[in-house]
Amino acid sequence: MKKNILWRLSLIGITIVLAVIFFLPNTPGFQYMPEWWRQNMPNKGIVLGLDLQGGLHLVFEVEGDKAVEITTERYASRLKELLAKKKLTADATVSGLNITVSPSNPDIKKAIEDGFPTLAPVETGSKLVYRLSDKEAKRIKDTSADQALETIRNRIDQFGVSEPTIHRQGENEIVVQLPGVKDPKRAIDLIGKTAQLEFKIVDDEAKMAAELPQTISSGEEEKILEQFAGKIPENTEILFEKKINTETGVVRKIPIMVKKQAALTGDLLSDAKVNIDSRFSEPYVSISFNDAGAKTFEDVTAANVKKRMAIILDNTVYSAPVIQERIAGGNAQITGSFTMEEAKDLSIVLRAGALPAPMKMLQNVTVGPSLGRDSIEAGKMAGMIGTIAVVIFMIIYYRLSGVIADFALFLNIVLLLGAMASLNATLTMPGIAGIILAIGMAVDSNVLMFERMRDELRAGKTPRAAVDSGYHKAFWTIFDSHVTTLITAAVLFQFGTGPIKGFAVTLSLGVSINLFTALIGTKSVFDIINSKRELTKLSI
Amino acid sequence: MIELIKNPHIDFLGKKYIAFIVSGILSVIGVIAIVQIATGRANLGIDFAGGTAIQFKFEKPVALHNIRVAIESGGLKDFDLQDLPSENKILIRVKKADIKLGRISETIENILKEKMPDNKYVVDSTTEIGPKVGGRLRADAAKAVGVAILGILIYVAFRFQFKFGVGATIATFHDVLAVLGLFFIMGREINLILITALLTVAGYSLTDTVVVFDRIRENLKTRQRESVEAVMNMSINEVLSRTIITSMTVLLTSLALFFFGGEVLHDFSLAMIMGVIIGTYSSIFVASPVVLLWGGKRPFAKK
Repeated sequence: MKKNILWRLSLIGITIVLAVIFFLPNTPGFQYMPEWWRQNMPNKGIVLGLDLQGGLHLVFEVEGDKAVEITTERYASRLKELLAKKKLTADATVSGLNITVSPSNPDIKKAIEDGFPTLAPVETGSKLVYRLSDKEAKRIKDTSADQALETIRNRIDQFGVSEPTIHRQGENEIVVQLPGVKDPKRAIDLIGKTAQLEFKIVDDEAKMAAELPQTISSGEEEKILEQFAGKIPENTEILFEKKINTETGVVRKIPIMVKKQAALTGDLLSDAKVNIDSRFSEPYVSISFNDAGAKTFEDVTAANVKKRMAIILDNTVYSAPVIQERIAGGNAQITGSFTMEEAKDLSIVLRAGALPAPMKMLQNVTVGPSLGRDSIEAGKMAGMIGTIAVVIFMIIYYRLSGVIADFALFLNIVLLLGAMASLNATLTMPGIAGIILAIGMAVDSNVLMFERMRDELRAGKTPRAAVDSGYHKAFWTIFDSHVTTLITAAVLFQFGTGPIKGFAVTLSLGVSINLFTALIGTKSVFDIINSKRELTKLSI
Repeated sequence: MIELIKNPHIDFLGKKYIAFIVSGILSVIGVIAIVQIATGRANLGIDFAGGTAIQFKFEKPVALHNIRVAIESGGLKDFDLQDLPSENKILIRVKKADIKLGRISETIENILKEKMPDNKYVVDSTTEIGPKVGGRLRADAAKAVGVAILGILIYVAFRFQFKFGVGATIATFHDVLAVLGLFFIMGREINLILITALLTVAGYSLTDTVVVFDRIRENLKTRQRESVEAVMNMSINEVLSRTIITSMTVLLTSLALFFFGGEVLHDFSLAMIMGVIIGTYSSIFVASPVVLLWGGKRPFAKK
């Protein structure tokens, strides 16, 4: 009997010591520990979730269909080149996912089918219609998600976020978690940008161009586009330049009419970096083209002197300077009254390259750091008051036995925090609720045992016998009631999102530890009291 | 020895029809709530319905009315406002998921900058959920409730007998329906956090039921000559005080969470409070009567 108690006591002692060691990194005391301790002992502790430390949780969908469309267009222009090289006169037009080639004759058909095995014929009668084979389309969708993931990782690396989490989810979704980011809008912009850079010639000569309003409020773009739909020349489109009032932060938009066909695109870039304008000390991004890009740029500028050239990123005009003269050498500047940060971000996305397809944001949960701090404070407060209420209630109702139950409760809290720290579990706001509920449930096992003991005492048993049989008879009830809570916690873990997973973890840990503290902890105390001398009365 | 109720002899099962009427009404409200949720007419949270929610913290106090006028004049129509005047916080929710994400939060921030230039703010939190994610989260929540209830049925049926499993499951499902129905009637938001609370309630309310069932099983084995109904009544009376006390301790912590736990967990703790009370009621008035009405052979009879 005595040996048995000693064994259980040392088990409790060891678990407490372990819990304290694991939880230490979460306390201010950790910084006073010697260097070797901080290096070699557990030093991570409980990790705060995004909802508590502030940060972003983003889910993007890579629009694979768009990647297929883009590739189709690329195929069409390569197809035209091939036919021209073979001296076959034919025209190829793209509509959606179809490439239509006319005229239709066996030579052209053979040339296409030999040159592009991944194109599948849709129609080969009077018209030749091709589209990418299903297998090829699927491959493109797949790789576009991979490429997007890689590009995003690149951008975030250059942006500099500590401990980002970036991974693929399902077929075409990308999840990005950025803890502790101070400027969420900037991060979202940086990640979500397709970063498709285009240079297009502004069509100021067309009659309709003069009828466009000078500026509009942000949000009125659709109205303008509707108003001018069908009225502007077919080979032009209306894009908008964004102007931000630096004092008030108010955004206005300037409509600009440009040629649809891009004169030059960003895939011909070789570098992009931030420079500061010496006169106005305003940052701008200087870009350099590769050889092919430099040549095209020179030709385009030569042919369009005195016209304006719009520099467009993802269909937003950054600036539209007038071309003064032919520009050789392959260098250009993107200005647009940037802040230093904006210029830096722009250079990052240009260097990291464009996404293979646009992405759609499916979900954005952003929590500012102050809300998280408030939540933790409120959680501590509620936890403390809840604990005190339960402790007092148990002492009033069960007297000395209540004190023993309260000891088990504290053991429970210490071990729960230690267990979470040892697993480097993520604490979320619902997780705090889980801990507080676990405190309420922690004494339940003791209540069940105490009530059982009272039953036994009423039946006339001695205190020691009442304690023993009370424990035995209550065991399965306690076990069953804990398992049912574990079942729902497991379900929550399986189906829940981040914060709710945190809740499931704390609740199930709390309930499991409760089994230990009730069956080993409380019982040991009773046994110690009983082993000294046979009790004649039980304070319960 | 302090005792809650000394030696109770209450005829719980005799009141089963009154209990069934009360529970029937609660459950019907719950079912109506589910139908309204499924058809999108309930007050669904952003996470289920899709849309945008932004919480602003202003430097100076703001009148809700001024914000409403400002946003309306900015061209936004379909939105809800909620405030926390003690901390100058305003929550704006726009339930329209078909617009490109990011557009609405940008528009709102722009409007506030334009119309209230002398009251600076910080954005406490932004939540934007697209329709695809909203639909997925809705489906997941429904699946989770289903799987949890099935798990409970299997476990209790395995540990006791099938009809006890049915009794426990009906009592548990009843609690979930009742809390959901009450939230619906009160016009509170139905969101992911509420579903979490509901599942916790399901797990916890079962604790009380298991305590009662355990005693019924024990007494049925030792008191072969008494009627099942009499044994059930006696068992419920015997464990009455522990049923109430275990609920009371969780109620205490839920109340602490409700009053001090902060804005994020307010509705969660409210659901827990309701759930614990209803769960205690159902383990006494619903679970055992269902087993009794299920009929069949005397459970746990000696062979």
